[in-house]
Amino acid sequence: MSTLLSVQGVSKRFGGLTAVDNASLEVVDGSITGLIGPNGAGKTTLFTVIAGFEPATAGTVRFEGRDITGLPAHVRAMQGIARTFQIVQPFAGLSVRENIAVGAFLRHKARHAALEQADAVGHQVGLGPLLDQSAGQLTVAGRKRLELARALATAPRLLLLDEVLAGLNPSEIRDMMPVVQAIRSSGVTILIVEHVMQAVMSLCDTVHVLAQGRIIAAGPPGAVSRDPAVIEAYLGHGAAARMQAQDIRQAEARGRNPGAHHA
Amino acid sequence: MSRQPYMPIALVVVGLALLPLGLTSNTVLNFLAFAMIITLAAQGWNILGGYGGQFSFGHAVFFGTGAYAMALLQVRFGINPWLALPLAMALGAGVGFAIGYLSFRARLRGSYFALVTLAFAEVFRISANAWGFTGGAAGVLVPLRIGAEHMQFADKRLAYWLALTFVAATLALTHALSRSRFGAHLVAVRENEEAARALGVDALAVKLKAITLSGAITASAGCLYTQKFLYLDANLAYGPWISVEALLAPIIGGLGTVFGPLVGAVVLLGLGEVTKTAFANLTGGAIPGVDLVVFGVLLILCVAYAPRGVLGLAQGWLGRLKGARP
Repeated sequence: MSTLLSVQGVSKRFGGLTAVDNASLEVVDGSITGLIGPNGAGKTTLFTVIAGFEPATAGTVRFEGRDITGLPAHVRAMQGIARTFQIVQPFAGLSVRENIAVGAFLRHKARHAALEQADAVGHQVGLGPLLDQSAGQLTVAGRKRLELARALATAPRLLLLDEVLAGLNPSEIRDMMPVVQAIRSSGVTILIVEHVMQAVMSLCDTVHVLAQGRIIAAGPPGAVSRDPAVIEAYLGHGAAARMQAQDIRQAEARGRNPGAHHA
Repeated sequence: MSRQPYMPIALVVVGLALLPLGLTSNTVLNFLAFAMIITLAAQGWNILGGYGGQFSFGHAVFFGTGAYAMALLQVRFGINPWLALPLAMALGAGVGFAIGYLSFRARLRGSYFALVTLAFAEVFRISANAWGFTGGAAGVLVPLRIGAEHMQFADKRLAYWLALTFVAATLALTHALSRSRFGAHLVAVRENEEAARALGVDALAVKLKAITLSGAITASAGCLYTQKFLYLDANLAYGPWISVEALLAPIIGGLGTVFGPLVGAVVLLGLGEVTKTAFANLTGGAIPGVDLVVFGVLLILCVAYAPRGVLGLAQGWLGRLKGARP
């Protein structure tokens, strides 16, 4: 149980807007860690800072114990941090295989080795039959898989997944979840931003909740989902109290009329 | 094809090398040699623009630097042309690196990068026109000294074969590049720079390498131009004509392909010659610049109907032919 990624007091300001405010979180080696929060909470911005696409205004990011706060994105990728994009960014003019091979070239200098690796990763994420297709022709689900495959082809230690399930239908989500689990089983640690709660609940070991740029809760998904502060962040001020009152009223109603809930 | 990847290149080069054995008129030989020089300039542009997606409107800056360096190293310093040529190419590479460093570090992309390269070419042109060292507006004349050791050939075929050798080398180089890690990174930067960076691609370094290589290759075209015509002035070396031809040839032939610049240069110059001759015969006198009209029309046709160039068009036809067969 060692810490792979440690974010300490990271803030990111864009002019007067504070997108991330003194956020800290840790990702344990071998875990699937979730980062959730309402829209506009700063999840993607925090991801961007962790991946090195934007410099942090304050705070430090440590990976495998080393301070990587000042390193550019490509060096972080070299050290083993890969990310996907919420808005998919395929190399539209290239085939699926060539797309994945760009990632594979990070660890393989020779073309045939990179292409072999691309084939293997393509099959792993279920893109096997589509390897020769142009990436521009893929469906939304296919593009999400391609994002995953490309990041995976860089042989990362830490995979940052930014809403890989968003925009998928329920059956596509069911198909995708075992893929994510298999990636973890193969030894890759995952930090995932996700809105699909069903997926967060079943995939994540630990969840961090970001609201208005701050981490307001952290812990196992079950406990976090019952945290009053989290409920308020999603549903508005006073929501937790109202829901609690509603629960009590329902319990009282059942107490007065024990057969009611069977009717 | 996968076992003999250089076979198509070898066939094309041998075919081109045999041409002067059948076609011996001076006009044809001049045309062929000139087409090879333009191909070379265009291949340099293609590596940066076609593979790397960084469209330069000012490749004259590399062509002119190569041409002037070749001439001045001989005239002012008495250096043998065979030695001057690699030096001139190195200078072209250096100018490429410097322009790349200034513009890519400032994160210039797309039309901003294009405009900056155009500005650099103009600055070089005006400077060469004003500076005494480069011969000013009078230009610079390389003394006529026929002989292989002076890279001046009495037999026009030799000049053509020399240019063809360079073209062959850059075809092989471009092919190797397109299958290398560097090539994959370059194309990834063209398609989506952000995504490329996420996959560990150092976008700045990749673009710098590309523009340096591009500068060296296009400079070699300038060197051969100097040796062929033995005269230069600022408008020939740094004029917009070469910037335009260097970018039109790959666009018309096929952007980001190995043979695109060669096909484009031959089509472009061929049609230009045919039009000039046709108009001269029709009107009884040459109309200067009529070939530029043809270039413009070609570009419009290409952008509208053949965005992948002549090669892309040919591939499409071949594919349909194969598909039509039972």
